Amino acid sequence: MSIKDEIKKVRDNVYEIPGTYNKSMRASGRFYIADEYLDELEEGAVEQIVNVSCLPGVQRYSIGLPDIHFGYGFPIGGVAAFSLRNGIVSPGGVGFDINCGVRLIKSNLTLEDIEEHLDELTEKLFENIPSGVGSKGKIRLEKDEINDVLDYGAEWAVNNGYGWPEDLEVLEENGRMVDADSSIVSDKAKKRGIPQLGSLGSGNHFLEVQIVDEIFDEKVAEVYGLEKGMIVIMIHSGSRGCGHQVCSDYLRIMDKAYKKYKINISDRQLACAPLDSKEAQDYIQAMAAAANYAWANRQMMTHWIRETFEEVLGKSAKDMEMDIVYDVAHNIAKLETHKVFNREEEVLVHRKGATRAFGPGREEVPEKYREVGQPVLIPGTMGTASYVLCGTETAMEETFGSTAHGAGRILSRSKAKKDFDADEITKDMASKGIRIKATSKHVIKEEAPGAYKDVDSVVRVSDSTGIAKLVAKVRPLSVCKG
Amino acid sequence: MKRYEYFEATADVGLKAYGKNLNDAFENAGVAIFNIISDTSNIDALKEIEFEITSEDEVSLLYDYLEELLFYHEVEFMLFSEFHVEIDGNLHLKAKIKGEEIDWNKHERKTEIKAITFHKMDVKKTDCVELQAIVDL
Repeated sequence: MSIKDEIKKVRDNVYEIPGTYNKSMRASGRFYIADEYLDELEEGAVEQIVNVSCLPGVQRYSIGLPDIHFGYGFPIGGVAAFSLRNGIVSPGGVGFDINCGVRLIKSNLTLEDIEEHLDELTEKLFENIPSGVGSKGKIRLEKDEINDVLDYGAEWAVNNGYGWPEDLEVLEENGRMVDADSSIVSDKAKKRGIPQLGSLGSGNHFLEVQIVDEIFDEKVAEVYGLEKGMIVIMIHSGSRGCGHQVCSDYLRIMDKAYKKYKINISDRQLACAPLDSKEAQDYIQAMAAAANYAWANRQMMTHWIRETFEEVLGKSAKDMEMDIVYDVAHNIAKLETHKVFNREEEVLVHRKGATRAFGPGREEVPEKYREVGQPVLIPGTMGTASYVLCGTETAMEETFGSTAHGAGRILSRSKAKKDFDADEITKDMASKGIRIKATSKHVIKEEAPGAYKDVDSVVRVSDSTGIAKLVAKVRPLSVCKG
Repeated sequence: MKRYEYFEATADVGLKAYGKNLNDAFENAGVAIFNIISDTSNIDALKEIEFEITSEDEVSLLYDYLEELLFYHEVEFMLFSEFHVEIDGNLHLKAKIKGEEIDWNKHERKTEIKAITFHKMDVKKTDCVELQAIVDL
């Protein structure tokens, strides 16, 4: 019998795999998906929800979000919270690209202001923000300076002239996780991190100049400073080789740890350690350091984006009001307080391909957004719309304050390469008024919009189930791809 | 005998490398990795890097070896096309890998590999050796 026969409908677009499905489950699985996509959902992803629900100390539900798909160990679009008393931490629950995330920068510009400069803007952004496989950042860190990047994150960047002090107020964690400890990070991770700081990366990472196309919630949009017709910039990037190495280092360490602590796992990529073990505490500190690297990285790119706009448009970034709207991490594990069976409890929440979506009133949300909930940034794929949503009370009650993170791939890269043609995609995008610059035709084919699930459906399910509420839709005018 | 081939994995790519023995298969896995990142037929063997690793089992050794290739690719800013591997009975691996510094005007620019995964990773020994790995792109 297929695992999918065990799935029970909870309400529209919400499903459950009962904890009775197998004896090892310590919680039920719960997932959010468009009713019409249920048939297409991979069995492997459902099995992964179940595998996560078997881990020690898992709280309430092992959760899948509307963009859920098969990952390594944990599914992508997966959330799980673990008790501090008997729970675990797993690098596979965070992913290789620690603090891969999204940042949105606003402006007071309209299409009219930039239209005739858009080609030049695209060229210069592509030139000024290094991207693609085998790319180096523009700066060369002194050997010990990498430790400051890892310990202080975006704060290090601002102190070194990249951006404005007020930027820090609107970054998740203010761009710095205080638990970070660079002395726990391996020399290999530091060596990979040094040359790549200040670079976008490759694959699905991007930098886009966008226009606010539609407002769904006027009141919240106003609080976020967004209005229809406004030019905004979105960055999707992570912790580069530094974070990948931290993940790999700890996958190896956890591979020994789970055997040592006699934890049963059904997949090597779920390797984990009890939260009170040295292995777990070290991973949490090293992961936080890699997360800080990613915030410093996005902060440096923000600075170069502002400089590029200044150069091309001949106005200062301050005059163009190029303020950051928000910056979210979508691959991370964090200590947070949540209601578990009517009791407030501190738990370790793993979000892998999931965006924090804290609702109104939470003190982690920047003061100016606290009344309406945090901004949630959900990027689309190359050439398609992206969305701004806001966190909700429902997310706090049901998903440990989390929602989807993006579109989710449905076609393999090799199939995308066979099915699509780079010139045709570029032409098709040009006909929609979108410019694209990429380091190679390979990346254009691999990242073809048709290779991804429809992001519109992902945000619609987030909105209709209440685990985030739609605020604004943005569409790209220009895309830089690594 | 085929040296290596790729197979589909939704977001990523899988590789199988073959060899008459473990050394041979590991060498071919190196070629497979750098044909994901670039095209090895256009990478000259100008500079040599040597490294040694020890792991607890053969699958872990494959993982550690492939990770090491990515490490030298990023840190030395190089692409590699020739791989010489010697593995002894104590799961100790010595590698000499040759390539050259990246020049994107010369080298084909394909895809960045983020990491090697343990997913479906396998070392099969019959008449010949077959390695399997999925890389995260």
